[in-house]
Amino acid sequence: MSQRTFKVWRGDANGGAFVDYQVDVQEGMVVLDAIHQIQRQHAPDLACRWNCKAAKCGSCSAEVNGKPRLMCKTRLDALPASEAISVSPMKTFPIIRDLVTDVSWNYTVNKQIPPFTPAPDATFLMQQCDVDRVQEFRKCIECFLCQDVCHVLREHNLQSQFFGPRFLVRAASLEMHPLDTLDRLKLLKDQGGVGLCNITKCCTEVCPEEIHITDNAIIPLKERVVDKYYDPLRIVLRVLTGAGGNSKGK
Amino acid sequence: MAETVSILEHKGLGVTQRRDNWWIKPLLVFIGLSAFGVYSTWAAWQGNNFLFTGHGAYYLSPFYSPQVQLWFGLHLPFSFAFLILWIPLGFRATCYYYRKTYYRAFFLDPAACAVGEPKHRHYHGERKFPFTVQNIHRYFFYLATIVLLFLWYDAVRAFFFRGATGHLQFGVGVGSVVMLVNVIALSGFSFGCNSLRHLVGGKLDCFSCSRTARARYKIWGKVSILNLRHAEWAWVSLFSVGLTDLYIRLCAMGVLHDARLLLIK
Repeated sequence: MSQRTFKVWRGDANGGAFVDYQVDVQEGMVVLDAIHQIQRQHAPDLACRWNCKAAKCGSCSAEVNGKPRLMCKTRLDALPASEAISVSPMKTFPIIRDLVTDVSWNYTVNKQIPPFTPAPDATFLMQQCDVDRVQEFRKCIECFLCQDVCHVLREHNLQSQFFGPRFLVRAASLEMHPLDTLDRLKLLKDQGGVGLCNITKCCTEVCPEEIHITDNAIIPLKERVVDKYYDPLRIVLRVLTGAGGNSKGK
Repeated sequence: MAETVSILEHKGLGVTQRRDNWWIKPLLVFIGLSAFGVYSTWAAWQGNNFLFTGHGAYYLSPFYSPQVQLWFGLHLPFSFAFLILWIPLGFRATCYYYRKTYYRAFFLDPAACAVGEPKHRHYHGERKFPFTVQNIHRYFFYLATIVLLFLWYDAVRAFFFRGATGHLQFGVGVGSVVMLVNVIALSGFSFGCNSLRHLVGGKLDCFSCSRTARARYKIWGKVSILNLRHAEWAWVSLFSVGLTDLYIRLCAMGVLHDARLLLIK
């Protein structure tokens, strides 16, 4: 059995620092196993949020060697053996203690998005081809790693103007739903700040569910916003025909 | 919500806890795009050696196609390549994939994921001019598709060689293959375009609601397949178009001999 050094960020809202811990390493261990071992052997007061340990609850998000990751899905043998492993809380969100951050801002954003609104007489029989596209977005486990890595939130602190990738995915799942009747494009353009995304695809890179966030959600939303607000021919056509330009065409 | 300030708040260019060589990829992209920019500008400025007609061949550089100056009898004080190149340049500059690459490699916004950026006074993303121009990407696609049709014509024409009697004969030269590979790469890039993906079917909410919608769903699926590898097509086509110009230029200058692989008389 070998040992590895972990540098775990310890602290709270007032500040903190990385603390070194030695961990006995066994084959197949993930970072969350190491954190639990540290809690058992060295620091029972180390705060860490986790639940399923199966990459499905989205609770154990953190930054391992500087990259946003689920601790339960990051195997130690996938990390360079020659150096210590750093574990720190998600940088974008306010720290509560140690590895636990306050992600409640996400829930306030979620409330701003009008929910699924079918027509009163909607028939809930759907073809598979219509289900497949929005089904991808339903895989989201709300780990908020995409929100953490998004530079609009992380570097520019534009939480007040931008929903972030997670909620653009949610908006896409509603906008592309064949039975939904609402048009959320104005919301996405203005309060949602879809134009703030400069599609650098970091959200896609870190998504543990491998959702194609940028290509399948954000870019299609940007194109729908272009249809309604920027395409000069469409604008002229709408003026000439008097069409309202509802994204749902209803 | 807790109000916090911690040591993790440190920001600035290159500030990160990442241990990997995150800077290599943006550096390679910077070098690759810069090299292509320098070469293509130089090649466009030249205004010569863009057509190789040796041994009956007809190889036209993609930087100089179509030859619009011949259509209108123009006598320009500058290379006519500039009448064409703004179209593929605009198409690539507004392409969603290239936007990612140059925002990362040139604007460092961000250089890599979870890496600090230069200090910005105000970040507007793509909401302010000139970045709002990105919204007309679809129009550059339409124009680039017209140019692509001419490049397909040129590629097919490159398989026909003028014999001693003046008749065209089917044949295959190295240049023919180079031009064919180039136009295939350009097509793979163009027809995986995100805007095209939206226009052909992505904008629909219901793929099964009509016969037209079902047909568009099938086309959307095909474009999506190409779109999955849009980045690879972008790089392959970027280099293929530059190398095609270089090959034709070197043949026209007499530096290279275009080998004839097949000629049916």
